[in-house]
Amino acid sequence: MTVLRLSGITKRFGPLVANDDISFDLKKGEVIALLGENGAGKTTLMNILFGHYVADEGNIEAFGQLLAPGDPKAALAAGIGMVHQHFTLADNMSVLENIALGTESLWRPRLDRSLARRRISQLSSDFGLAVEPDASVASLSVGERQRVEILKALYRDARILILDEPTAVLTPAETDALFRTLKMLVANGLSIIFISHKLHEVMAVSDRVLVLRSGRLAGERTTARTTRRELATLMVGQEVTPPKVAGVARGEALFALERVSTAPLGSGAFLHDVSLTLFAGEIVGLAGVSGNGQAALAGLIAGTENPASGKMLVRGKLVGGWSPRAALDHGIARIPEDRHAVGTIGDMSVTENVIAERYRSSPFCRRGFLDWKAAKHFAEGLIRDYDVKCPSPEARIRLLSGGNMQKLILGRALDPEPAIVLANQPARGLDVGAVAYVHGKLLDARARGAAVLLISEDLEEIVALSDRIVVISKGRLSAPSGRGERTIGEIGELMAGHSEVAA
Amino acid sequence: MRLEPKPAPSFAATLAYPLAAIAATVLIASLLVLAAGASPFSVFYLVAKGAAGSQFALLETLTRATPLIFTGLAVAVAFRAKLWNIGAEAQLYIGAVVTVVLGTGALPLPAGLLIPIIMLAAMAAGALLLAGPALLKTRFGVDEVVTTLLLNFIVLLFVSMLLEGPLKDPMGLGWPQSSKVVADAQLPRIIQGKRLHFGFVIAVAAAVVAWVIMKKTVLGYEMRAVGHNPEAARFAGIPVNRVLMKTALLSGGLAALAGFSEVSGLKGNLTLDLSPGFGYSGIVVAMLAMLNPLGVVASAIFVAGIFVGADAMSRAAGVPSYIADVMVATALLSMVTAILFSRYRVRWR
Amino acid sequence: MEQAIEILFTASFWVAAIRIASPLIFATMGELICERAGVLNLGIEGIMTVGAFAGWFTVYSGGDLWTGVLVAAFAGALFGLLHATLTVPLGLSQHVVGIGVTLLATSLTYFIYRLALPEVTSPPKIEPFQPWPIPGLSKIPVIGEALFAQTPLTYLAFITVAVVAWVLYRTPLGLAMRAAGENPSAVEAQGISVIGIRMGAVMAGSALMAVGGAFLTMSAFNSFFFEMINGRGWICIALVVFGSWRPGKALVGAILFAAFDAYQVRLQQLSGGVVPYQVFLMMPYVLSILALVLVARRATYPKALMIPYQKGER
Repeated sequence: MTVLRLSGITKRFGPLVANDDISFDLKKGEVIALLGENGAGKTTLMNILFGHYVADEGNIEAFGQLLAPGDPKAALAAGIGMVHQHFTLADNMSVLENIALGTESLWRPRLDRSLARRRISQLSSDFGLAVEPDASVASLSVGERQRVEILKALYRDARILILDEPTAVLTPAETDALFRTLKMLVANGLSIIFISHKLHEVMAVSDRVLVLRSGRLAGERTTARTTRRELATLMVGQEVTPPKVAGVARGEALFALERVSTAPLGSGAFLHDVSLTLFAGEIVGLAGVSGNGQAALAGLIAGTENPASGKMLVRGKLVGGWSPRAALDHGIARIPEDRHAVGTIGDMSVTENVIAERYRSSPFCRRGFLDWKAAKHFAEGLIRDYDVKCPSPEARIRLLSGGNMQKLILGRALDPEPAIVLANQPARGLDVGAVAYVHGKLLDARARGAAVLLISEDLEEIVALSDRIVVISKGRLSAPSGRGERTIGEIGELMAGHSEVAA
Repeated sequence: MRLEPKPAPSFAATLAYPLAAIAATVLIASLLVLAAGASPFSVFYLVAKGAAGSQFALLETLTRATPLIFTGLAVAVAFRAKLWNIGAEAQLYIGAVVTVVLGTGALPLPAGLLIPIIMLAAMAAGALLLAGPALLKTRFGVDEVVTTLLLNFIVLLFVSMLLEGPLKDPMGLGWPQSSKVVADAQLPRIIQGKRLHFGFVIAVAAAVVAWVIMKKTVLGYEMRAVGHNPEAARFAGIPVNRVLMKTALLSGGLAALAGFSEVSGLKGNLTLDLSPGFGYSGIVVAMLAMLNPLGVVASAIFVAGIFVGADAMSRAAGVPSYIADVMVATALLSMVTAILFSRYRVRWR
Repeated sequence: MEQAIEILFTASFWVAAIRIASPLIFATMGELICERAGVLNLGIEGIMTVGAFAGWFTVYSGGDLWTGVLVAAFAGALFGLLHATLTVPLGLSQHVVGIGVTLLATSLTYFIYRLALPEVTSPPKIEPFQPWPIPGLSKIPVIGEALFAQTPLTYLAFITVAVVAWVLYRTPLGLAMRAAGENPSAVEAQGISVIGIRMGAVMAGSALMAVGGAFLTMSAFNSFFFEMINGRGWICIALVVFGSWRPGKALVGAILFAAFDAYQVRLQQLSGGVVPYQVFLMMPYVLSILALVLVARRATYPKALMIPYQKGER
């Protein structure tokens, strides 16, 4: 029985076609995986399905009924539930309140808490989703939050569940638990759309795989009758060739942390007694599930955070008075995790953005005045050298695509030939070409003798590029391993927080 | 409904949107004029005539524009860095207090020395007054909107206290007003016998300086970066808090010059009605100019024209002169809306 | 010195404190609703002015007192609609729009006042709300007179706090409002319109602010004059922060503040002119700034406060 049918869905954002004539069916009790790279249009498609966006063309039928476009309420009423990649929970409210939100008429004089509490405990025992209804969401771990998200959908009697990159924030063990829950849901007659760009998960969990590539449906396969290699080729459009890594002799120690801890700040983990040395001519990969202290470590190297205890050394010299500018002065290039919020100033021009780290020094500055000619000249050089597609150096950087924005950030960071490079998720959300470009630039920096720290949640990226790998979990670092020393499975164990001594 | 960014607007479009905002303002004001039982055409004719219909009217408009240029500049530079200085009124009064304290004979110096010293002192006082809220913002995370607003009330009471105490004019027949500043502390008139004074020239010069700072200097670049995206600015190594502090000093200093120029150029002494809300009107002036310092001169003259013209009109046509305040507030709201539509397009689905 | 302490035990002092607190309570609850839904409403000062005028003018033109309160609330909601239209779907700066709404509301009020009463030199008076002593309770010494011998609008202010608290914490609507101010995508994902919730909150909040203004012309005094709000709106914004966005705490803040205000007036009479009276008048504003500084560090702001929301954006 077909529960959901998408016909000819097309969505454009200005000149960009995010979804191009996509059609498929979902059957009762079936798990479809929607596979595709970042930017392939998976999330856009699901946002249309859930009513956050309105498709330019095409329509959606749920249980034989046409779904009103652009209205999450209609999707919810039709029995569609969605677990968003970025959780849609209000931290200031309890689990129960988050789940009950919007399930009763807004004009009721009183929220029926006891009814809600009964239903939640029923559902959580039925499907193995343990939560404490009265706990504040702010106090929950990422895995618990995801359980709340799934409960939100079940509480509304969802028959179709969409999960957008649900494993991105989970440890391998939590991922397994999630998969067990999904099996139970399917056994109860729910249908699931599972969005991912991770091949092994898709193979493990789905009945059928739909592959999206630059907005189009590139292929459909029955999971039992396909291979990872075939899916990878469909997803990327060509045989994936791992970057060629030439041997480079390891040089002197350029940057070192000695038993550094940071103060607790915000929601992410902080660092406990971390030691790490970066050598010239070497890429160190930092693997880990997000939120385990990567932000603190990146902030420390970038200069936005200070050590609470321990020593930080650049070329063997203790550094003090740490700040972003001090980091830059010590020859540290930084590629931030979030290029929109942190890497660029969207409403300023390309020129103004590329000089942001060097505007105080010659040739851009003379006695407090900026030399816009020199700045523009520099921007034009970067646009040429880094193959950036942009209308002019005066264009607001907001108008550029993610890949071109990242190329400019790379250019800004790498142009001064820095000795130390911090690359935090440098390839996230980019298309294949741009990813290869970014990787090439990092390898170039390594070849020239720079020490590179690559932080990524993509284990394949880490394994492909890194000379040494360290794993971060709950703010602690594992011992490093050389190229090929640890299997992916062993790294996964470390990511889950199992120490090698105990294992 | 969604807003989607547009590519850079054409020059014609950048002009068309402010004009549309002014048209909307005129339309709304016309409705009020009709409600008052007068004809919009004759009322707007009278406003225009009162603002620019004669040499006297024009000079009066420029005189009124002078403090508005200063407060408009103060707001324009502060808002660029997203430092919400709503306290230009208080900074204006502090500037006036300093002018009176130093200008009533305390410093026996020739005009060529006395006036620059008073100006600098007034600017320093205004700068320090805004430094307080800026410090509370950067150190304690206290929203500067509320603190600068509250300071307006505190400073006005402080001025009232001074005018009934140490600064009270002994010859003032008991009125709460200060003595007149000495002749050497007075700005000369631009045309003998007319009210327009050299404060206007200083204001225009200040606008040029502010424009150069914003467009050409490191500080201006830093202020814009901090205003657009403080997190990215901090990451890039821009000292955000220090930039906000410098912005506060610059903005407070500019607003204080309004008080200096009103006392030293026009009124001669300090009273509690020195400013009919110049500090608040400065916000409108700055927004109409889209925070461009040179544009501030034009928009200050425009806003001053509305006020001066409305005063004249009110006497002749019997429409309350508060219509000017209504128009100015409407212009502010329609202008920010117009700027939005010049940069974003609305998609209904 | 003894006299200064004795003031605290007089009924008249507490009666005054509660009377001073009443308009602040209305307006603080109004601002709190707006901010809980994610919108800073700096139109408060102007909206209180509108309310003060609209309520008074309705009665002056022959309407009864409660009609006046309703008209004030309606006028406030209209300006709330203006504010919300510009800040919520259009996402304009809440700072600039708020100041703009205050300037517009104030000047429009003055324009209409002058239009309606062109010739008056002293503001005309109305017959304001009279105290309604509650039988029995009002006989309790000191407290009884302060709490149970006030005008009905004061009782309404206290009822408003209870209603706001109930709505925010006990009803489905309140959940949606609190979520809209914390993480609007949570609201949209559950099929509720963020724009609708925020606009509704701003309109309802503005209506309360206007009633706060009307209290001044219809209960505390009996006529409308220019600049009578005199920064009370800004003080309410400080009170919301001081009350950590919680109705109960904000109520305590408003009463403490009003008690201090009533106290300084009495202290001023005692001081016999040694200290200039302006110093006492400054105290409420200084106190507001101090309150902000004290709590700002540990304040837990609604996380989406002042951040515009676009549908489908996360």
